[in-house]
Amino acid sequence: MSDLETKPASNTPEGAQVNPSNSKAAAWFSHVIADLGKNGIFVALIVVVVLFSFLTDGILLRPQNISNLIVQNGYILVLAVGMVMVIIAGHIDLSVGSVAAFVGAVSGVFAVTWGLPWWLSIILSLLVGALVGVWQGFWIAFVGIPAFIVTLAGMLIFRGLALVVLGNANIGSFPAEYRALGNGFLTDLFGEFELDPLTLGVAALAIIALIVQQVRTRKGRAAYGQEVEPLVWFVVKLVLITAAIAMFAYALASYKGIPVTLIVLAVLILVYGIIMNRSVFGRHIYAIGGNLHAAELSGVKTRNVTFWLFVNMGVLAALAGLIFTARLNLAGPKAGDGFELEAISAAFIGGAAVQGGVGTIGGAIIGGLIIGVLNNGMSIMGIGIEWQQAVKGLVLLLAVAFDVYNKRRSGGR
Amino acid sequence: MTTNILEMRGITKTFPGVKALQDVTLNVARGEVHAICGENGAGKSTLMKVLSGVYPHGTYTGDIVFEDEVVEFKDIRDSEAKGIVIIHQELALSPYLSIAENIFLNNEQRGALGLIDWNKTNTEAVKLLARVGLRENPTTKIMDIGVGKQQLVEIAKALSKRVKLLILDEPTAALNDEDSDHLLNLMLHLKGQGITSIIISHKLNEIKKVSDAVTVIRDGKAIETIDKVDVTEDRIIKDMVGRDLEHRYPDHTPNIGEEILRVEDWTAHHPQDPTRVMVDNVNLNVRRGEIVGIAGLMGAGRTEFAMSLFGRTYGSRITGKVFKAGKEIKTRTVTEAIDNGIAYATEDRKTYGLNLIEDIKRNISMASLGKLVKGGLVDDNEEFKVANEYRTSMNIKAPTVLAKTGKLSGGNQQKVVLSKWIYSNPDVLILDEPTRGIDVGAKYEIYAIINALAAQGKGVIVISSELPELIGICDRIYTLSEGRITGEFPIDAATPETLIKHMTMEKAR
Repeated sequence: MSDLETKPASNTPEGAQVNPSNSKAAAWFSHVIADLGKNGIFVALIVVVVLFSFLTDGILLRPQNISNLIVQNGYILVLAVGMVMVIIAGHIDLSVGSVAAFVGAVSGVFAVTWGLPWWLSIILSLLVGALVGVWQGFWIAFVGIPAFIVTLAGMLIFRGLALVVLGNANIGSFPAEYRALGNGFLTDLFGEFELDPLTLGVAALAIIALIVQQVRTRKGRAAYGQEVEPLVWFVVKLVLITAAIAMFAYALASYKGIPVTLIVLAVLILVYGIIMNRSVFGRHIYAIGGNLHAAELSGVKTRNVTFWLFVNMGVLAALAGLIFTARLNLAGPKAGDGFELEAISAAFIGGAAVQGGVGTIGGAIIGGLIIGVLNNGMSIMGIGIEWQQAVKGLVLLLAVAFDVYNKRRSGGR
Repeated sequence: MTTNILEMRGITKTFPGVKALQDVTLNVARGEVHAICGENGAGKSTLMKVLSGVYPHGTYTGDIVFEDEVVEFKDIRDSEAKGIVIIHQELALSPYLSIAENIFLNNEQRGALGLIDWNKTNTEAVKLLARVGLRENPTTKIMDIGVGKQQLVEIAKALSKRVKLLILDEPTAALNDEDSDHLLNLMLHLKGQGITSIIISHKLNEIKKVSDAVTVIRDGKAIETIDKVDVTEDRIIKDMVGRDLEHRYPDHTPNIGEEILRVEDWTAHHPQDPTRVMVDNVNLNVRRGEIVGIAGLMGAGRTEFAMSLFGRTYGSRITGKVFKAGKEIKTRTVTEAIDNGIAYATEDRKTYGLNLIEDIKRNISMASLGKLVKGGLVDDNEEFKVANEYRTSMNIKAPTVLAKTGKLSGGNQQKVVLSKWIYSNPDVLILDEPTRGIDVGAKYEIYAIINALAAQGKGVIVISSELPELIGICDRIYTLSEGRITGEFPIDAATPETLIKHMTMEKAR
């Protein structure tokens, strides 16, 4: 085996532009291109949204539809968060759909059959999800059975158990507070207005928080001599993101306000984003997926990390099951059918690598949204479910093919 | 027709940054057993890969003349068609297939309709097995027979291809004495049947036993070919190591303090076969500021010792005691070992040392993320700063610490691995083949880093099979053979000749 060659030490001082051109515009441009390349998935989402707003004569971007997009895809996005973490670590989880169905059924027993308070039912259901994760994590992390097999078994086991719990019937009519998880809105807290002031207020706060955080990060990086993007591009990007949030908030405010599902999602994205980027646990997940042996020999407790990863997935699958059940106001035997495939697709479309080690929470969310927009847009156009399936399959294949091509071109492994 | 079956003339092969072979000429007479010997990395295997077409014609310069005909092999199938078969150290057998299936893999015995004729397959296999003196049922699976017998199956497979020139790359490295003897006798037996062989080996006694001529290779050059009558161990050893040792190693003035690490009665067994002793009652110590070498050939148990010590990442039934500065410590997990101030940089940095898809920064921080945590979160600005400091101090040649380690050269990758461990602030560093696959310039830099670590009062253990390297940088050298410490030499007493003698010292049986 020959060693990979590096170029001789380059003399560019650290923090220099990739493109040493004197022309500021050229540097600026190269930065924009590099950024677009890195955020290709984001660009893809915009393309899909624009395409379908034309194809649906603007129906896609109507306030009600935007609100629906979030609520209808909430549970897939919740699953995508956990799934991308599992995939980054080099595993897979095929059982999440069945686990969601099982926990939905169990929550029906808690909240309806036994009549427990809604909050206790939710907590107990999440605990059941954690126990499912403990079960699967044990086999994967400590016995060493591949996750594919363990979760394939789990897919059957928990689908079966869901049917056992339901006993050939649907469980229905959940308490209103429980149902809010799936189709509730925070609205009209300040009386009725044309535009919900709470939604606008939250959006304003979110925008301010985002700007403050971005500026602080930029300052911090600059203080440590790290490369920062040109100020103009930084500002342009912030303006664009602010505009997108404002439009989104306007849509929600002119319909029913903030969906409860969106609040749950926002918290998850924020918390898990920080975990994956900034916590030791998150770093260990990337390390395990990148090179298991090297991680082990660097003192990463690989088994423990894997175990907790699946416990976490169990809890998130349970949460997805609750949201779905709440939305339908019904725990049924078909719940969660095919969820695992949508969640896995979301992670891969969002740039996760099949071999592990690569992927982001944000990518998976955007991947999930792309699938959501495809579903929603094609439904509005009246395209049949059979063609929807085929198109989604094709998009997944192309997304991963694009990723593989990109890596090969840049000489990745 | 000349008496030479093979003439390799003026073979030169370069890899980026390394001249692996330089104008090598090798003549092998028809019907002889020709030994090629040299240190690890001298170029023996490269030469054989050129011969067998693994490195195709055009990637090297020089001519290969086989049976009086200039040959240009495009791949290994070309050379096999001519009757040249190479048996690598890592056997190329499929463990789940039978002996007969392996022998005729890709050369299946077909009957009517092109389907496999199992009767013919098995009867032919029995005949071939008889020629190599192996009495086994041809339907036995490869995984159910030992390494020695697997080696014989490989030879039977070569015979099925009507081999004229058989090349064996360190065939006895993984065999016990009985199997080795059998194999060597078989080589002599095949010679009687007119098959020429080339054997690559370090083991001088077996070279003396079977070979008619010995070619010694050092630093990619053929030093000389010695006739059977003139072969002596001393002469081979001198050819193998005789090089200018000056100026290859930075100056090192030892400042040795009290003992920092002592290992007592360390024994470890094979992970899958707990009856096989891989590390046998090893006792050694390292003092502050001291660079201690462990010299051993491939398979001597060097890596096995280091990894069993470092968080039991190798082996089963591990026993023994570890003392740090006189106090007994435990190293049952990697975390425990790191917490006790031990670091281990692996021999194979791509498989075990680095996350190649991750950047320099995150690789350096990997073993000590805890140090970077502020308020429960990893401070990535601080991480960047730390990585940048190492990039400068270790002279890692990369445009930024955000470069992926997979794109660095071997030397720079090794510097990243060393940075990772130095950042974990250990008292003892175990460096396993720290300069393998690294060009000469980067080697010097690595030696300088090792010196600097010792000067800071750390204990450094360097495991290597390159003797000049150990002699050039160490203060004291242990020799390891078959899992046992066979000698301990202060640097003044460590000559290549004595070291090799102890590295090849076999257990009294």
